[in-house]
Amino acid sequence: MSTHFVGDTTVLLCRSMRHITRSLDTIITVTIMPIALMLLFVYVLGGAIDVGSAQYVNYLLPGILLITIVMGISYTAFRLFTDVNSGMFERLQSMPISRPSVLWAQVLASVVSNLLSLVLVMLVALLIGFRSSAGIWDWLAVVAILILFTVATTWIAVIAGLSARTVDGVGALAYPFLFLLFISSAFVPTDTMPAVVRAFADNQPVTSIINTIRDLLAQQSTGADVWIALAWCVGILVVAYTLATAAYRRKRG
Amino acid sequence: MQTLHVRGLEKSYGQLPVLRGVDFEVERGTIFALLGSNGAGKTTVIKILSTLLKPDAGSVCVNGFDLAGQGKLVRESISLTGQFAAVDEILTGRENLVLVARLRHLENARGVATDLLERFLLVKDADRRVGTYSGGMRRRLDIAMSLIGDPPVIFLDEPTTGLDPHSRTEVWNSVKSLAREGTTVLLTTQYLDEAEHLADRIAILHEGRIIANGTLAELKLLLPPAQVEYIQKQPTLEEVFLAIIGNHGDSVAAAGSDPTTVRQS
Repeated sequence: MSTHFVGDTTVLLCRSMRHITRSLDTIITVTIMPIALMLLFVYVLGGAIDVGSAQYVNYLLPGILLITIVMGISYTAFRLFTDVNSGMFERLQSMPISRPSVLWAQVLASVVSNLLSLVLVMLVALLIGFRSSAGIWDWLAVVAILILFTVATTWIAVIAGLSARTVDGVGALAYPFLFLLFISSAFVPTDTMPAVVRAFADNQPVTSIINTIRDLLAQQSTGADVWIALAWCVGILVVAYTLATAAYRRKRG
Repeated sequence: MQTLHVRGLEKSYGQLPVLRGVDFEVERGTIFALLGSNGAGKTTVIKILSTLLKPDAGSVCVNGFDLAGQGKLVRESISLTGQFAAVDEILTGRENLVLVARLRHLENARGVATDLLERFLLVKDADRRVGTYSGGMRRRLDIAMSLIGDPPVIFLDEPTTGLDPHSRTEVWNSVKSLAREGTTVLLTTQYLDEAEHLADRIAILHEGRIIANGTLAELKLLLPPAQVEYIQKQPTLEEVFLAIIGNHGDSVAAAGSDPTTVRQS
């Protein structure tokens, strides 16, 4: 790691933050789909879904937060793809800067912009009746898990941004995540699903993350879920980071 | 003293050989043009020299640093202006310049940016987003970004492709003044007149090899001796264009006042 890592990352992070604040419509685009899904499920479908004694919006929110992050990281992939295609990426590579800074700045920008989107979605949830009695430590734990999930999945977005050949390819990034979210405990409890589907839903990464967040916000014991969730996040982070840095080395020849 | 020293450079993309042993040298403070048609490998040479691509074989020395082991020092010495203007469209012109100045770790990034905006006639548009710039303005900004930090070696990959004649003349003038100040310039071009106008030495890259290398005068000697013929010189469309635009009084007056000039063919 070179001596300029922190300075160069800061300069490039400021650049990415300018991109984000100058296209606030991207934050709106990112949040519209999760908010619309939330309204749809709370006011149209939710009445018919039995989640026990909890308010449905309280049950639903963790899944909606993850959808928000999934939409957000697609924009990170898009920003990186634009840099590669516009030649900005090569310009940066031919300069005497710390090379990891180029990617880390994108990852940090992704965390900041996702936190903004999450706050927006959370405000709408509060408006339509979401309530939590969770204390400050529970909230901090929720924020920490959301940040960890964002960092881990942003590295997947980095792979997509570096290796996609078309904008449509970049846009396809969100689909596998949405697939995982729909076949999970995000919208309905898994115990009404057929055995095979349920086995998949219970043992894939997002269910444990969603259950952990839900339990923290409802002030219930998270049980083993929190450790499974952390293991998944760290596992995804390590694999995605390794593949992303390999793609980066390939890209710069 | 040679600032650029290239020996036996080879590069293949998969099975396709692009460079098959390229050798050349460039002296300090001179302009060297790499001339070749599309696909001759010019961009590949530039990418290798600016550490974006690893060669399969050969040795390269840039400003006294070995490309293989001293990549960081090579990058300190060079600056690349790629084939397409590499500018950040969402930032303003000024912000683009400040960004590069900060990344080159200069003390007075804002001052450097202001100087370059003046030098490249971008003051009026400095605080507009680059997305609204014309092609010529982008290219000027692009070249201005490459000059930040006064790198001793500059690579220009087809710097005037896609520019109108007016902007092209501006780019030519800035390249010439760079060389006068001691910067070594390696440029690629597919325009013969560009090489003729700018370059101290010209190398022709063809099918992955340098097939000719010398000054314009030396290259002319490769052809049969010139015969003197008298022909009437019509103004070219470019001269007409520039005359109507009105910014290039000198060259147009010369072309217009003397309809018959001697041309060697």
